[in-house]
Amino acid sequence: MSEKGRQLLEDRIGEWRSYVRRRQAIEAADADELEDHLRSQVAELVQAGLDEDEAFLIGVKRLGELDVLSREFAREHSERLWKRLVVAQDGDGGGEWRREATAAVGLAVAAAVAIKAPELFGLRWDGPDVGQLFYLRNLSLFALPFLAGFFAWKRTMDAVGWGWLAALFVAGALAVNLTPFAPEGHTEVLAILHLPIALWLAVGIAYAGGAWRSHDHRMNYVRFSGEWFIYYVLIALGGGVLMGLTMFVFGAIGLDAEWLLTTWILPCGAVGAVVIAGWLVEAKQSVIENMAPVLTLIFTPLFTLMLLAFLITMALTGSGIEVERDVLIGFDLLLVLVVGLLLYSVSARDPHAEPGFFDVLSLLLVVCALAVDAMALWAILARITAFGFSPNRVAALGENLILVANLTGSAVLYARFVSRRSGFAPLERWQTAYLPVYAAWAWIVVLLFPLVFGFQ
Amino acid sequence: MDIGKDLVAASATPLVLAILSEGESYGYAIIKRVDELSGGKLQWTDGMLYPVLHRLERNGLVEASWGRSESGRRRKYYRLTEDGSRELADQQRQWQVVSETLRATPFQMFEPVPQGA
Repeated sequence: MSEKGRQLLEDRIGEWRSYVRRRQAIEAADADELEDHLRSQVAELVQAGLDEDEAFLIGVKRLGELDVLSREFAREHSERLWKRLVVAQDGDGGGEWRREATAAVGLAVAAAVAIKAPELFGLRWDGPDVGQLFYLRNLSLFALPFLAGFFAWKRTMDAVGWGWLAALFVAGALAVNLTPFAPEGHTEVLAILHLPIALWLAVGIAYAGGAWRSHDHRMNYVRFSGEWFIYYVLIALGGGVLMGLTMFVFGAIGLDAEWLLTTWILPCGAVGAVVIAGWLVEAKQSVIENMAPVLTLIFTPLFTLMLLAFLITMALTGSGIEVERDVLIGFDLLLVLVVGLLLYSVSARDPHAEPGFFDVLSLLLVVCALAVDAMALWAILARITAFGFSPNRVAALGENLILVANLTGSAVLYARFVSRRSGFAPLERWQTAYLPVYAAWAWIVVLLFPLVFGFQ
Repeated sequence: MDIGKDLVAASATPLVLAILSEGESYGYAIIKRVDELSGGKLQWTDGMLYPVLHRLERNGLVEASWGRSESGRRRKYYRLTEDGSRELADQQRQWQVVSETLRATPFQMFEPVPQGA
């Protein structure tokens, strides 16, 4: 066989193989088997005097038409048409998979140990208030460093990335534990609520392997976050069933298993699942359709309808928004939801597709949300001097303004896109460029609010 | 000679099992053996053998293991199991009944048309 002929044959077989692998019913091992067959056939024909090209063509023809073949494979392996996680293959990638699984389980166990360790120092969840507050303040610190560690390890992040990561986590730990919060102070509750957000975005640095400035990596982290959340909720549901049944079976023999569940399984499971969910999302990435965009597809029209109905009702009845002290938080949540819907429809959209009906719908949703929020904001700003600037209200107001700014920008860019004056890319970039703003605000609330408001 | 699709499908199982009863083998060699035994008259679409082998494997009639070819390629070898031997004996009885019945009918009167006639 000439050198050139051999090279040509390798190219041809490589092409053929990638073509075969596109069939869902034919897995890598089957492709190996078929390739072995093809190569045996070709070798024999070449020996009989044919050139490589002819031998290849005859070999492929004898294997049969790929459509028919793939149908036969699908009949024999119907389960393969349901995409699934590839668990521990024997062939290529098996070692990698096992290594990752070991790392993820190890880190999950480490997280479980971390949340139980403070008990050695007498800090108990069911103990005095000091203990409970300690756990609440540090909740994210028991889980997220391990998730970040997993990705930093997997992406072999450089020292600079590790440095950033360590600095952020240490800063968070020091801030919530050393700040002398006043008893029952609002700034402490705010710090408890905002530290997980700040640290979640810090995990993004590890997820991007240190390259967090890249917009593509940021968008991938957004996709990851959505899938992670869905996986976590599913694991939590499963955990709930497990705990319920444990209570039941032990109850049936007259034993109360509640202590075991609340002091061990619940806390350890809750932090361990953070890492496990992250690993699963990473492992299934290319296997299963992303769920978050599917939910977005369902709920964007529904929320648009709801907001439209609300606006119309308000216009018809002429009733304004009742200004209660905490009404702003509710509207913040509404805006968070709209930003989420927008983010996930952006994340799943083909950036090259023409503007379509769904884009108009998204624009309508954003405009409605802005209109509703503007009215709420107007009503509140008018009265805020009467209520005073408490930490809670400033936090709620700040968040509202941040979200309004995001949505306004989105509305403008969406309008330009729908009217075909620009492409889709600016909208995507606007969303990813905005992520550090959320992080910055979360850190401000954690670090500066206690100082500004005298630890109240 | 073209053998009907149904007959090819029906005869595939006993043929593959019988060939494997001669000893461990792999896809390409099985095809070669069929070719050799039938004197080239029984032609399969090569690829179709694999779903058949996988079905036999799933039903526990054959066992598969990955090995290496002479040139070091990954190759999947198949070997008959206990269940496979039993199935082969069972198939043998069934085919015998079919063949004896056919022979008792005027079926045998139809002489094969000589090739090229």
